[in-house]
Parts: sequence; structure tokens; C-alpha cells
Amino acid sequence: MLIRNTSTRYGVVAISLHWLVALVVIGLAILGLWMTDLTYYSPYYRTAPFWHKSIGLTFAAVLALRLIWRMFNRRPSHLPNHKRWETRLAGLVHGLLYVLLAVIVVSGYLISTARGDGISVFGWFEVPALLTGLTSQADRAGFVHYWVAITVLSLAGLHALGALKHHFIDRDDTLRRMLGLRPHNTKES
Amino acid sequence: MKKAFAGIALGGLLALSGSLHAAEYVIDKEGQHAFINFKISHLGYSWLYGRFNDFDGTFTWDADKPEDSQVNVTIDTASVDSNHAERDKHLRSDDFLNVSAHPEATFKSTAVEMTGENTAKISGDLTLNGVTNPVVLDARLLGQGEDPWGGYRAGFEGSTKLTLKDYDIQMDLGPASQEVELILSVEGIRQ
Repeated sequence: MLIRNTSTRYGVVAISLHWLVALVVIGLAILGLWMTDLTYYSPYYRTAPFWHKSIGLTFAAVLALRLIWRMFNRRPSHLPNHKRWETRLAGLVHGLLYVLLAVIVVSGYLISTARGDGISVFGWFEVPALLTGLTSQADRAGFVHYWVAITVLSLAGLHALGALKHHFIDRDDTLRRMLGLRPHNTKES
Repeated sequence: MKKAFAGIALGGLLALSGSLHAAEYVIDKEGQHAFINFKISHLGYSWLYGRFNDFDGTFTWDADKPEDSQVNVTIDTASVDSNHAERDKHLRSDDFLNVSAHPEATFKSTAVEMTGENTAKISGDLTLNGVTNPVVLDARLLGQGEDPWGGYRAGFEGSTKLTLKDYDIQMDLGPASQEVELILSVEGIRQ
């Protein structure tokens, strides 16, 4: 199994980080939507936000790691059957997803730290508040957090649709590469 | 003699301005000697205190004709402050005060009934979360007199209990927390 990427394959680190991020983003979105609708007497009223914030801040570190890994690894070249507009659109969506994920992390952090309180990460340590007391900080950050999350889910859906299209319609190796499967180019038949 | 003359002059001035019996006071917002606080039970175990930071108002008060007194207060509901960022955000949302739809809460008195030398029942209309209900403030004149800077001040405190459901507040905080006590504690500067 490859650790690093090659010119044709993704390594195990890039693949793991990709699917970990996908899992965490979807999980946090569901958790976030669910926890903001809990009744006051729900046993999860206090624990759900604690887990959401702890996982969210840990996710920030994972995202940073992923970007660093991406910078110091070569990227497998585009598949030859991909059209120019496809690789351009994919590149745009990838870039946008990274930027928006970072915006979600920052805006979420700004909600909870709006009055100067830090955020506990799994009770292990506390991330201090750095930017506090902006006008309607918690409300504005909350608005951004919610709508950018909705945008990311939509883009991720588009991203997944693209992958499925390549897999089932074009029958190329786009999705197989990200699943770490051996390429089997079916184009020759 | 000097005093009597001053009294006559002052009386004449007040008569001219048409407010002989009701001196107008503006709530001392600038010097921050005014508070609109609330307290609500947390689970039946403790009190949670909060306040509104931005509000404005006036009252009229005359010791000789207290029944003619009036109180008008306007509160910026977005300024709700319970010293906790996430809770305050929740209080501003449509689970509670719905401040984007109802940025102002108001109290306008309709009648003042003295119940003792310094105590009164102030009836009025309270508008909160877009809902107007009659309320009665149990009020007390805390003190009045000249201040050290050439002005004249009077201070009141009044409180009333509100049932959250009466003001269309959606969040259910449990059986011990159906009511909130609203406490107005204000000092006015005579104009």
C-alpha cells in the first residue's frame, strides 16, 4: 500500500484524510442541525454541543493536516478521458470546499467565543477566545456558520454526483482511485 | 426671602412651560444609573439573572399628585445579556425574543395608584415579542433630591412577573421556569 501519492494513484494518507473529512463533515452537520432543535430537558442538551465543538475544533487540525499533506505531495494527473471543463470545474469545487470548510470552522469558533469564553476540546484542553465583542458577533457568525454549512453540503453533493457520473456513466477510474482500488481502465474495449 | 422669590420665579417658569404638577424626568442612561434586569428560575434550583443593556425612557413624577405620574420605557431587545454568548444568541432567536422581528419592547403606564407613602402599583401595557399585555408593576420610590452636580434626581424600582407563554415565547424551560420576573430600577434626572 502506498503512503504517498504517485502520478497515477492516491496514497493511503490522502485517501484516509479525504474520507475522514467527508464522514466528519456530514456527521457534524447532522449533529449540528439536531442539537439546535433539542428541548431543554433533553439529556443531550448540554453534551451534544460539547461534542459538536470538540469534534469541530479537532476537525480544524485534520483539515490543516490535509492541506499540508496536499502541498507536499504530488497530485495524480488527470485521467486522460477527462475533458478540460471537467477538470477545471472539479478543481474549482475542490478549492471552494477547502475555503468554505475553513469558513465554517472559523465562524463556529466565533459563535462560542463571542463573549471571551474559550472552547473545551473533549475536556482535554481549552482553545482560548481570540476575537471577541464584535457587533452581534454570535448572531452574524451563526448565520455564516449555518449557510456556509448548507452550501458545503450542496457542493459536496455535486462533488459526489460528479464522482458517481465518472464511475457509472463514463466507467473510468476517478472514484476507484479515491477508494484506493487498483485502476482497471475499461476504455480499451 | 430670597428663597420665596426663587420659588415664585420657578413657579412662574413651570407655569409657562405648562408642567406645574408633573416634572419630567429622563432616565439617566448616559450616567448609567438605570437597569432593566430579569430573573428566572433555572430548573427550580437557582436564579438566572440577565438584563437589557440598551433602553431609554422618561417618567413624570410629582410628589403632590403621584396619581398623575407616567412611565414610558423602550427596550432594545437585541441587547439582552445573560453573560453567556451562546445563551444570549439563543435568547435573541425565535425560540425566545425573536429580536429580528421584534427589536423593541415597550412599557407604557396607564394608571398609578399609591399604596403607601413611597409605594405604588403602576398599571400599564407591556409589549414584548410583539405581544401586548396589561401588567402591574409593584413600585417603590427609593429616594429623590438634589444631586451634587446641580441637578435633581428621583429613583424608582418596580417589578412584575410575566408568564413566558403569554408573550408567545416558544421555548419551554420546564415547570419551574414558566415565569420571569422583570425588574426596572431607574434613576431619572429632572428636566
